[in-house]
Amino acid sequence: MELKLPIYLDNNATTPMDPRVLEAMLPYFTEKFGNAASRSHAFGWAAEEAVDYAREQVAKLINADPKEIIFTSGATEGDNLAIKGVFEMYASKGNHIITCVTEHKAVLDTCKHIEKQGGEVTYLPVQENGLVDLAELEKAITSKTILIAIMYGNNEVGVIQPVREISAIARKHGVLFFTDATQAVGKIPVDVLADGIDLMTFSGHKMYGPKGVGALYVRRKNPRVKVTAQMDGGGHERGMRSGTLNVPGIVGLGKACEICMNEMEEEGKRLSILRDKLQNGLMALEEAYVNGSIEHRLPHVANISFKYVEGEGLMMGFNKNIALSSGSACTSASLEPSYVLKALGLGDDLAHSSLRFGLGRFTTEEQIDYTIKAVSETVIKLREMSPLWEMFKEGIDLNAIEWAHH
Amino acid sequence: MSYSEKLIDHYQHPKNVGTLDKSKTNVGTGLVGAPECGDVMRLQIEVDEATGLISDAKFKTFGCGSAIASSSLATEWLKGKTVDQALAIDNMDIVEELNLPPVKIHCSVLAEDAIKAAINDYRVKNGMPELELEGKKH
Repeated sequence: MELKLPIYLDNNATTPMDPRVLEAMLPYFTEKFGNAASRSHAFGWAAEEAVDYAREQVAKLINADPKEIIFTSGATEGDNLAIKGVFEMYASKGNHIITCVTEHKAVLDTCKHIEKQGGEVTYLPVQENGLVDLAELEKAITSKTILIAIMYGNNEVGVIQPVREISAIARKHGVLFFTDATQAVGKIPVDVLADGIDLMTFSGHKMYGPKGVGALYVRRKNPRVKVTAQMDGGGHERGMRSGTLNVPGIVGLGKACEICMNEMEEEGKRLSILRDKLQNGLMALEEAYVNGSIEHRLPHVANISFKYVEGEGLMMGFNKNIALSSGSACTSASLEPSYVLKALGLGDDLAHSSLRFGLGRFTTEEQIDYTIKAVSETVIKLREMSPLWEMFKEGIDLNAIEWAHH
Repeated sequence: MSYSEKLIDHYQHPKNVGTLDKSKTNVGTGLVGAPECGDVMRLQIEVDEATGLISDAKFKTFGCGSAIASSSLATEWLKGKTVDQALAIDNMDIVEELNLPPVKIHCSVLAEDAIKAAINDYRVKNGMPELELEGKKH
């Protein structure tokens, strides 16, 4: 089969929708258009039935009760609802939240908002492998701590946090545990009971479902968790999230969850073999480094730095044919490289030299072979024109040079 | 972001990549930028002492496509110019020629800095006073 270009390897940003998901959704745009809150006629009943079924599909994937699923517009809304909602609901218990520096901006910026509201937030550092230090976490807990917010799998490096150990610490101290599992749900087994999770957000479009829909898991038993609604209205979703339900989106999320449930094990194995092939192929280059833990990592992610070449310049060599993202942020106004990579202790130079490979359901071996070749050739070509590579080859210590910082 | 054809051509087929012998008195070397900032340019000129013209120019750049293209273009422009003419190259000329988007203007500034640093190195080596350069904002 002829290789079709461009190749999509940015599945951490978003995934293409599975055609089976689209098929399930389509009737709910047209003939089954009812409002799930219309209790008085068949149009409403059909919509409600579809939402109930989707709620079961979603709950099953994460081993939750369907009543514990709150449909949202996506992971960012879930982050906001969980953190702000807990902060407001449990204000009489305390005002301290613990999170970590490699969280998604949706968590970090929500925490900044909490600080402006008089809350206190501890931003835990991570170790070089990207994992939080459990002893540090436990030390950070005070009598005022109400929530620990630590992500499941990281979006940039794919590192999986020790969720069960974190929840055990939270439980021991009577603190709630919230996790942003956007990159993990549907990719690896996530079990809210076994993992001891109290609140969890995730999103449809990272698991081959539609954009604009997600779910927040809110535990109902041991303990019963409540969040203060962040949007006022008709009291949908057990009063926690008002707004007419996005029925086609919810149907799509449900179907996406069902497919992941059935295919995750096989898909994870296949992707980790392809990912390892890609990684090994690229690590054959000199001065290439994998960022973050290799052991505790999502099966479809690899973040690799190619020292002495700049990530954005590198991508330009093949971005007509391969879609990827880089930790270099040359296009952003701040010119700051990835804060996640810097938190792992990477120097700015290595952070600027990184590429994130995110494989997915539709990634093929031919695409991986093509990518290894194209990326390797571009790295070699750009090193030939890199003054830093020349200095490295001459044995010059780059750290000893006084660079003109601008 | 979409780039101009000229920019992409300079990136794909950069002109004058290489290294001149920096120990020669008629070679001036400028090294600007920093690895932490994501771009480093090294630009070199070789001056023909008989004619006073820049007979050769080479570069090596660590950076994005715009930085590579800016330095490639700069070396093309330098050849055949006198040192004084070379000093007159303005970063906005590069911006215009490559149609650089606003977020990439700093790449052209860096190229101008590299030209001036190379000229200064050449001047100092040849007993001329170093030029005071007005710093442009990157």
